[in-house]
Amino acid sequence: MSQSYNRGLIEDFGRWREFSAGMWAWIFHKFTGWVLVGYLFTHIAVLSTAIPAAGAEEAVLTAGEDVYTQTIVTLEDLLLVRILEVGLLAVAVFHILNGTRLLLVDLGIGLESQDKSFYASLILTGAITVASVPTFIAGAF
Amino acid sequence: MSTDAPQTTDETSETSTEDAPAEAPSAGDRRRAQKQERAAERAREEAEAEAAAEAAKNTVHLKVFRYDPEVEGKQEPRFDDFHVPYEKGMTVLDALMYARDTYDSSLTFRHSCRQAICGSDALFIDGSQRLGCKTQLSDLDMETPIRVEPLPHADVVKDLVVDMEHFYEQMEAVEPYFQTDDLPDEELEEQRQSRENREKVKMSTRCIWCSACMSSCNIAAGDNEYLGPAAINKAYRFAMDEREGEEMKQKRLEILEQEHGVWRCQTQFSCTNVCPKDIPLTEHIQELKREAVKNNLKFW
Repeated sequence: MSQSYNRGLIEDFGRWREFSAGMWAWIFHKFTGWVLVGYLFTHIAVLSTAIPAAGAEEAVLTAGEDVYTQTIVTLEDLLLVRILEVGLLAVAVFHILNGTRLLLVDLGIGLESQDKSFYASLILTGAITVASVPTFIAGAF
Repeated sequence: MSTDAPQTTDETSETSTEDAPAEAPSAGDRRRAQKQERAAERAREEAEAEAAAEAAKNTVHLKVFRYDPEVEGKQEPRFDDFHVPYEKGMTVLDALMYARDTYDSSLTFRHSCRQAICGSDALFIDGSQRLGCKTQLSDLDMETPIRVEPLPHADVVKDLVVDMEHFYEQMEAVEPYFQTDDLPDEELEEQRQSRENREKVKMSTRCIWCSACMSSCNIAAGDNEYLGPAAINKAYRFAMDEREGEEMKQKRLEILEQEHGVWRCQTQFSCTNVCPKDIPLTEHIQELKREAVKNNLKFW
């Protein structure tokens, strides 16, 4: 074979303006998937504080001074955590909706309107996220 | 076309004989005639200038990827600009051919039939895989320069020519030809296909091996062993053909079920979006996935 110029093997992200709906759906699905995996580990770490807390005395528990309650209260006091929770909801909702879309694609249903269903899941994610903001941010300030 | 000789009109000869006999023109007449002539000339010049301006406005600006490993000064890839006079109905391939024939004979690209049948001029035009001959310039944004590049994810041999060897290897890997053990009883009997079955494989038979889908596929870019949309579509064409018999279908599914077969597809729909023959590639790949699952899942 003649000498050739290597133009790269992965999709060039400099061309992101030219990505189609299906490509964006794929990128977002990968991204949200990894975020959820990452969250799973922190989730387990936080919930694990319930193990020592379960052995605490009755009085400590009613006073809310056990490790678990303390951890949760400290976290929820942070504005950053509240904002991250909104982000987590957005990520989870998109992953669920796009996952449903992919399920339909796997079943061969509505392949013609796959781009529309992607836009629909995006809009729905946005709406649900905005609607959730009061709940998550209440009392944070 | 009729073979009749074109009928000549003799209107012109008739009108010329009707002219009044020549009289000696007066000096005033002559001046007027000269004046008219000058005015006509001015009008003609104006029209010509206008046409030139119009032509300048009606040029297409092409930015074409250039690279030639065999010439010292051309080993570094670059973009060349071509300003091609635009004509109604002009395709990208027409413009490239004009640029090659008029400005730079070293501009290299593949083309043959110019009617989207041969599949040799798949190019990366304005950020999308398209056939040069099937892409009207008027469908592109002519305000900005039109970028013409070789297909991404393929080795460039020269200018717009990419190495298709890997693509052809993947196509051959699925045994893209009719095979059957199910031979008719009599030697000269036809192997008929039902109309329904023909309809099912109809779209998949339209593939012209242009490799636009393979180039657009992000998975094929990262996984060199992935069969790619075109090859899987080819396999679909035969796996779904009822005349091939059950045993052959099993063999075809075995090829497709492999690690780098149908399961690599992540349904980005890139291939379906770029296919110049409108083959529903993703749909076919998904159907083969279901076929593979049905083939392996047994609940009894």
